[in-house]
Amino acid sequence: MLAAISQNGAVMTLAVSMVQALNAALRDALRADDSVVVFGEDVGALGGVFRVTDGLTDEFGEDRCFDTPLAESGIVGFAAGMAMQGFRPVVEMQFDAFAYPAFEQIASHVAKMRNRTRGTVTMPMVIRIPYGGGIGGVEHHSDSSESHYAHIPGLKVATPATVDDAYSLLREAIDDPDPVVFMEPKGLYWAKAETELPARTAPFGHAATRRAGDDVTLVAYGPAVKVALEAAEAASEEGVEAEVIDLRTLAPYDDVTVAKSVSNTGRCVVISEATGFAGIAGELAARVQQECFYSLAAPVLRVTGFDIPYPPPMHEHHYLPSVDRVLDTINQLEWD
Amino acid sequence: MELPVEHLDENRVTGLLPSRDPVRLIDENGTLTDDDARGGYQLPPAEMLGDAYRRMVMGRRFDTEATALTRQGRLAVYPSSRGQEACQVGGVLALQQQDWLFPTYRDTMSLVTRGVDAVEALGLLRGDWHCGYDPMRERIAPQCTPLATHAPHAAGLAYAARRRGDDTVALAFIGDGGTSEGDFHEALNFAAVFGAPVVFVIQNNRYAISVPLSRQTAAPSLAYKGIGYGIRSEQVDGNDVAAVLAVLTDAIDHARSGHGPMLVEAHTYRIEAHTNADDAGRYRDASETAVWIPRDPISRLERYLSGAGALSEEDIRRVQESAEAYAEDLRARMNVDPVVRPEEMFEHVLTEPTPQLRRQRETVSGLSADGG
Ligand SMILES: Cc1ncc(C[n+]2csc(CCOP(=O)(O)OP(=O)(O)O)c2C)c(N)n1
Ligand SMILES: [Mg+2]
Repeated sequence: MLAAISQNGAVMTLAVSMVQALNAALRDALRADDSVVVFGEDVGALGGVFRVTDGLTDEFGEDRCFDTPLAESGIVGFAAGMAMQGFRPVVEMQFDAFAYPAFEQIASHVAKMRNRTRGTVTMPMVIRIPYGGGIGGVEHHSDSSESHYAHIPGLKVATPATVDDAYSLLREAIDDPDPVVFMEPKGLYWAKAETELPARTAPFGHAATRRAGDDVTLVAYGPAVKVALEAAEAASEEGVEAEVIDLRTLAPYDDVTVAKSVSNTGRCVVISEATGFAGIAGELAARVQQECFYSLAAPVLRVTGFDIPYPPPMHEHHYLPSVDRVLDTINQLEWD
Repeated sequence: MELPVEHLDENRVTGLLPSRDPVRLIDENGTLTDDDARGGYQLPPAEMLGDAYRRMVMGRRFDTEATALTRQGRLAVYPSSRGQEACQVGGVLALQQQDWLFPTYRDTMSLVTRGVDAVEALGLLRGDWHCGYDPMRERIAPQCTPLATHAPHAAGLAYAARRRGDDTVALAFIGDGGTSEGDFHEALNFAAVFGAPVVFVIQNNRYAISVPLSRQTAAPSLAYKGIGYGIRSEQVDGNDVAAVLAVLTDAIDHARSGHGPMLVEAHTYRIEAHTNADDAGRYRDASETAVWIPRDPISRLERYLSGAGALSEEDIRRVQESAEAYAEDLRARMNVDPVVRPEEMFEHVLTEPTPQLRRQRETVSGLSADGG
């Protein structure tokens, strides 16, 4: 739909934004499976505050894409009940920090239902959460809450960094028999790529090598992938070739791709926008040192958000992992 | 200045409000009440009351046995529903086969009343698994412990079933304390806005562990919480199973016939402590409990049915005998140590275990093989 057919019948690729790719994924999922329903706050006539659900109510009707009362716990709890009747709800949380009221439903029911009922009651649902900063948002609009969800057994956590992945991972999330928290990096919502939809990329649990390099491995996900790639280009000018790995899904986590790369490079920097303490980046660092200990030439380092509440817009550029901070960190990796 | 507010439709408002006093059909002495107390509800047929009597006796015997098993260390914990038999049994008997029940930890009696095997029903409290029965087969959600969090599930399931064209109704039990939780309110609101066929039944047993009702609400009665959501509400003497049956049958009809959700408050009392691990003497006086003993749901119905010639001494004896046999069977089966496999901890987390989960499973498997 987003790829135009030219007059001579050839498919032309067009520049597609991540928002458009997500919208196309929802549209195609709604078309493919009657049990898929989309709901949340302002997802109907408005099309969502980020327009990810734009036009879905028009095309599929109020039954398939609808606004709910303004209550996040209610939205997720209601979806859990619908899932018990065979629906595949895809619910939208308006912003990262506004998903917290739903945390109890997610942690105590959505994640655990399958386990507590020995697999008889399943929760094939997707909770979409726009997350992360760099968009000049005032407080409560820029949290990186992915670690909270990745810490909960029974959930899958996916986060695209490319337009193709946005489409493909969301389609896979909707088809998944288990609940998926789908973290959408707000900072990349409007990033465009020349592509043709429907795109299909590697399945969950497979990290992608976005750039090859032999000197250092940069492990990133979501919004940090862009930073990692830019840092890798800058490092290259100084003669250091960085391999950039995009995790794509935090749960399941791809130990193999990361370990293989670090075993080759011997150096590793983990980059994440989230607060560093007790977060995903720490988990990744621990796993890398455990699996690659004898290949490591330097300690595994992290570039993360500081251990402070997400700062106001005029400060956020100091908080977010930047190319400079990544380069400084690469420089600390015991090169001589 | 004239405000652009729609004029209140008095009938709509009064139509939502509960009866002034809890609906009661049979009083504490086993006597039929007068029209005033009945709130327009009819006495259920004698046959149905006889069935309710039998099930309440069985339910209480189950409850007593579970308490005894807990003392013997066979259950990790047991929250008794002694004194709440009319709600447990009335709620279940008002349901049809296609309906769904959403119980809490307190409502194990309702599970066995609905036909769940007693040992399976005690799975959560014995602790061999989180939910011992198959919810899809029984049409009973797993017993819910995080207060009120099952209420939105009941609304969602009821709404979804209706969309699928089924005439399923969901009944969710909730405690008086649970009505203070946000999820209770979100569930009521969702159910009302989406016209979900769900009946929320508050078992107001006057305590949330140690905290009395007066700390949960300043409302005239918990049944008044429905009106703010546009939900028709009712209150009932929760120790009068005839009234519970009449009110809930009507509420379920209301929901099934497309009129949306209903809220019913059943006034009852928690005779036992919160659980076996609780000491009620620290927060309530035995004299208070004593007031509720004569209001017992079973003796009241027994008196009524006997007086009406619908229950003989012989009938009573036979019901008691089958309750004893039921308890004996439960005791025997609960005295067998359940077989638990530590590997199972890893098997239901996800449809396909991750490589990391597989490794952890093997570790535990190896350790338990070493240990055994
Ligand atoms: C969200 C949550 N907070 C606290 C508890 C601990 N807790 C268990 S039962 C209970 C009291 C509940 O009272 P009520 O809703 O009246 O139900 P009852 O036990 O009387 O049946 C509390 C506080 C819990 N289970 N869930
Ligand atoms: Mg209570």
